[in-house]
Amino acid sequence: MQGTIRAKSEIITDVIIYIVMGLAGLITIYPFLNVLAISFNESMDTVKGGITVLPREFTLQNYITIFQYKTLLTGFQNSVLRTIIGTVVGVLSASMMAFVLSRREFQARKLFSPLFAMTMYFSGGMIPIYMLIKNLGLMSSFWVYIIPLILSVWNIFVVRSYIDGLPYALQESAKIDGANDFTIFWRVILPLCQPVLATIALFIAVQHWNSWFDTYLYNQQAAQFTTLQYELMKVLQSTQSGSNYRDASVQQNLAAVSPESIRMAITMVVTLPILVVYPFLQKYFVKGMTLGSVKS
Amino acid sequence: MKSLPTVERPLNVNKSKANRFWDRMKQQKYLYFMSIPFVIWVFVFSYVPLWGWLMAFQNYKPAKGFFEQKWVGFDNFIQLFGDERFYLVLRNTLGMSIMGLIVSFTVPVIFALLLNEIRGQFFKRSIQTISYLPHFVSWVVVAGLVSKMLSTDGGGINDLLMWLNITDEPIQFMAKGSWFWGIVTMSDMWKETGWNSIIFLAAMAGIDPEQYEAATVDGAGRFRKMWNITLPGIRTTFMVLFILSIGHLISIGFEKQFLLGNPLVVDYSEVLDLYALKYGIQMSRFSYGTAIGIFNSVVSIILVFSANAIYKRITKESVI
Repeated sequence: MQGTIRAKSEIITDVIIYIVMGLAGLITIYPFLNVLAISFNESMDTVKGGITVLPREFTLQNYITIFQYKTLLTGFQNSVLRTIIGTVVGVLSASMMAFVLSRREFQARKLFSPLFAMTMYFSGGMIPIYMLIKNLGLMSSFWVYIIPLILSVWNIFVVRSYIDGLPYALQESAKIDGANDFTIFWRVILPLCQPVLATIALFIAVQHWNSWFDTYLYNQQAAQFTTLQYELMKVLQSTQSGSNYRDASVQQNLAAVSPESIRMAITMVVTLPILVVYPFLQKYFVKGMTLGSVKS
Repeated sequence: MKSLPTVERPLNVNKSKANRFWDRMKQQKYLYFMSIPFVIWVFVFSYVPLWGWLMAFQNYKPAKGFFEQKWVGFDNFIQLFGDERFYLVLRNTLGMSIMGLIVSFTVPVIFALLLNEIRGQFFKRSIQTISYLPHFVSWVVVAGLVSKMLSTDGGGINDLLMWLNITDEPIQFMAKGSWFWGIVTMSDMWKETGWNSIIFLAAMAGIDPEQYEAATVDGAGRFRKMWNITLPGIRTTFMVLFILSIGHLISIGFEKQFLLGNPLVVDYSEVLDLYALKYGIQMSRFSYGTAIGIFNSVVSIILVFSANAIYKRITKESVI
């Protein structure tokens, strides 16, 4: 390619590198494919073992069974809802705060900016926050998924560094046209920030979709606010302790579908949204990662 | 300032300064409207919990008001440092944390180095896409995958080991305490290696290609170039990340341990946060749990600042 003949040893190293990296890729993808195959495989047949990446006896029965679980459906609804609301709220508040902090002439900037930055270095800890949530009356409510996660200082700084890179003249000309600061934010800044907002939206959405500990901690008593991740967590824990995950609302024929198949099917349902959106959004993720790290 | 007449002027200036202050405040009212709610939020959710630290010096009973609590001084801390379990938990925390630190600062670097050497763009892209994926999957799912792979009936690892005749009967990976740290470290490696390599790849992309060309002219081979150009090129990035991670040595989170652990391996899986969760919330000993949290925070802060101080001494630069 560069007009030079590559030495034999070069080619050998190339081959070794390709093999090592190919293996790494295989190890990464195999568990997903394995679980996918088992989730589509006939339950009785799975018990015999030996399923790798393709189902032996294809069936949809495992999925049909789990979609009869009421708690799972509730969990699915709540997870979708918290992801949508949480992302919209998170993106709007991070960009609004970033906009305010990017305005050099803002009087309170010197006061507010460190107030947010300082929180990166400490945390009240699990128990004081638990007590706070309790005292605010957020226990056993849907809002415990939204309100404590309204802002992330990290996201504020990512958006702010983006706004700082925009020409200030745009804001000034809007001002001359008589726009107030909110209009400038809404009409000028938000549309221009779209790439960075897409990035943080994805991070926030993934965070919401993946969290389970807040359900564990705050909504264990409120079955109507359960989330999908939490339900999966319960399924997995119940296997480890030997009991089976069951749903009282379903008359379950245990002989038809084994707990293992159920588990694999639920795992796939929980993972699928991420697998589906991931390839399209990869470039934003990577951009966000490098953006954030350059900042720090 | 020297003569009398000028004494009056600063007063005027002050007055108009005050006026100007209010005028500007009025001008910026939208900025205030847009930020005050979030300032209140950050105050409530980040600063009010600090006030909760006082609980550690009380014998906190939820039924009573905050000021009616009994103050007990350092009793909770004395009890904490007197508990044998605490040292076990601390050992687990540090053990897994140091293993994680070593792995997460070697494997991703090697991964990035190798990825950087791949010429075929399609292959390179595919490997990248696959390797970043587990980062976005929750720990709940990963714990499920790991226990499936390690399971004794039909788990991929056991099947492979038996096929290779390394073992005759399946190994009970999840039931052996001595395996637990390794399992956590390997799971973490599986999940985060690709993602952690992004930043090193970005640093490698920033190295001036002329350096490589010059080295080629000088007759340097591939490994020479890696050693003498690529690795020094990512040194700053590496050091900064390393220092920041040292600050997190003691606060490694608890998700992995919570989800992968089981009663059989609890002596190896319990970490500080889980200990705090068990005593503080499940047993409702809020004061004791808070004391554990404070210990955690204080050690973290000390670690960050000392790591930074060492780094400063070496490089005359500060990370924080």
